[in-house]
Amino acid sequence: MNITWKNRYAIPFALAGLGLAASGWAQEATVAAAPVAAAAAPAAPAVNSGDTVWVLVSTALVLLMTIPGLALFYSGLVRRKNVLSVLMQCFFLVCMVTFQWVALGYSLSFGPDIKGFIGNLSWGMLNHVGADPNADYAGTIPHSVFMLFQMMFAIITPALIVGAFAERMKFAAFALFALLWTTLVYDPVAHWVWGMGGFLRKMGALDFAGGTVVHINAGIAALVCALVLGRRIGYPKKMSPPHNLPFAVIGASLLWFGWFGFNAGSSLAANGLAGSAFLATHVATAVAGLTWAVMDLVKNRHVTVLGIISGAVAGLVAVTPAAGFVTPGGAMAIGAGAGVICYLFVTVVKPLLGYDDSLDAFGVHGVGGTWGALATGLFATTAVNGAGANGLFYGNPALLWIQLKAVLVTLAYSGVMSFVILKIVNAVLGLRVSEQDEHIGLDLTDHRETGYTLID
Amino acid sequence: MKYIIAIIQPDRLDEVLDSLTAKNINLVTVSNAMGRGRQKGIAQVYRSHRESGSLLRKVKLEIAVNDEFAKAAIEAVEGAARTGQVGDGKIFVLDLEQAIRIRTGECGAKAIG
Repeated sequence: MNITWKNRYAIPFALAGLGLAASGWAQEATVAAAPVAAAAAPAAPAVNSGDTVWVLVSTALVLLMTIPGLALFYSGLVRRKNVLSVLMQCFFLVCMVTFQWVALGYSLSFGPDIKGFIGNLSWGMLNHVGADPNADYAGTIPHSVFMLFQMMFAIITPALIVGAFAERMKFAAFALFALLWTTLVYDPVAHWVWGMGGFLRKMGALDFAGGTVVHINAGIAALVCALVLGRRIGYPKKMSPPHNLPFAVIGASLLWFGWFGFNAGSSLAANGLAGSAFLATHVATAVAGLTWAVMDLVKNRHVTVLGIISGAVAGLVAVTPAAGFVTPGGAMAIGAGAGVICYLFVTVVKPLLGYDDSLDAFGVHGVGGTWGALATGLFATTAVNGAGANGLFYGNPALLWIQLKAVLVTLAYSGVMSFVILKIVNAVLGLRVSEQDEHIGLDLTDHRETGYTLID
Repeated sequence: MKYIIAIIQPDRLDEVLDSLTAKNINLVTVSNAMGRGRQKGIAQVYRSHRESGSLLRKVKLEIAVNDEFAKAAIEAVEGAARTGQVGDGKIFVLDLEQAIRIRTGECGAKAIG
């Protein structure tokens, strides 16, 4: 089956590659000419202090989403014997991906383009990434600040996948998987969508803050992880409830807070667009939480805490690609859609399919992200952002088609590559802990620590 | 009447409860416990300081039964909690002098059922 998938997409990839190679060369010629002209003209674009402050703050906010936001959200939902293992995986990713990003990740994602597919390694160890702005990406902030902002996205994306294999993956296997996945999946996909010369960027796909690159990408990888690793022992009949819902509430709240940096920061300037993305983010999240609560009420006759926070996170995910392109009304519709679709997927479809995505990384990020990317094709309007495009409801059905193509390409590439990486890691290290270790809990068996003492 | 105290591995709890239910024994009190027997614990490490882990986490079950249920209860716990490894735990059986249902004031065998 994987071979068929690969072949199916090999042809479009090859064609896209060829087409971009041609247009890429044309563009290189123009770019190469520019510095000569600039040498004679006044100095390069100046750093704007307001923009720089906002992006620096946003960078810290996006870090806050992973630690402690996502770390608390996820660790509250697992059993008490695995609380540290989840916190550890999130924290470890911050350290490891930072190293990878500086060494080569940033260059692979944003460095000089190779045929629309990936950046080359000439910006490795942050060569050419200094205090001067890079006008291709953000003309008014230091290039190093743009690089840092993007680093936080590279960190949170593999961290989202943790939810799928929580409570049963060997720590060493997790670390190797995350390193390979960041390098072979995240970096190329980030290049396609955001890198200069990336083929999805050239196709006109809209992804304001990372619905495709971050959420669909991580979501489908999460599904593949859940399928390849198999269910936890005792799933679904014998699973304890989340061991600390207050943790999960604090985590979800910090995600919401940090997401303002993620979305509004993605305007890369302290301007009206940042304000509009901030507004869309907040409104969509609130409506999604509300929608999930109503669904809960209708189906179970109670509104639940886990429900409303799950809805809010689904709303944050869904509005991510759309944040800078939609009106507050559009954001409300996207939030409501996320609440309904993710709710039905997690509570109805997932149990039917029977796989064990421990913390619903696919159900929230994969499904919510896909809805968000397609909804951008419906609700985007140039009245909000002239650099964007009009969606179906503003008379441009073509955008929906482009969005769908971007989603499918990401799902296919990330899905297949995640599968291949898991198979490699399984062959080298083995993916799952032993049955006895799974019973005892990963805190003690993998880390030799426990989250809670019983006496004292 | 017998009072059965069982100290078992935490991860066997689900199986033990199922096994008791299967023998129609539904009254049980469960608590977290720490203890030690011949089993050595998994050493924990905090900032390189190795804790030998002399106390281990266990689960304690307390079951009050009428005499005719005692054998079934013991077998249920023993069968479901045994893995064959050190640390599977112990079962203690005590004579139970009296049982009183607080709500009604019933005493003895009637109070347990």
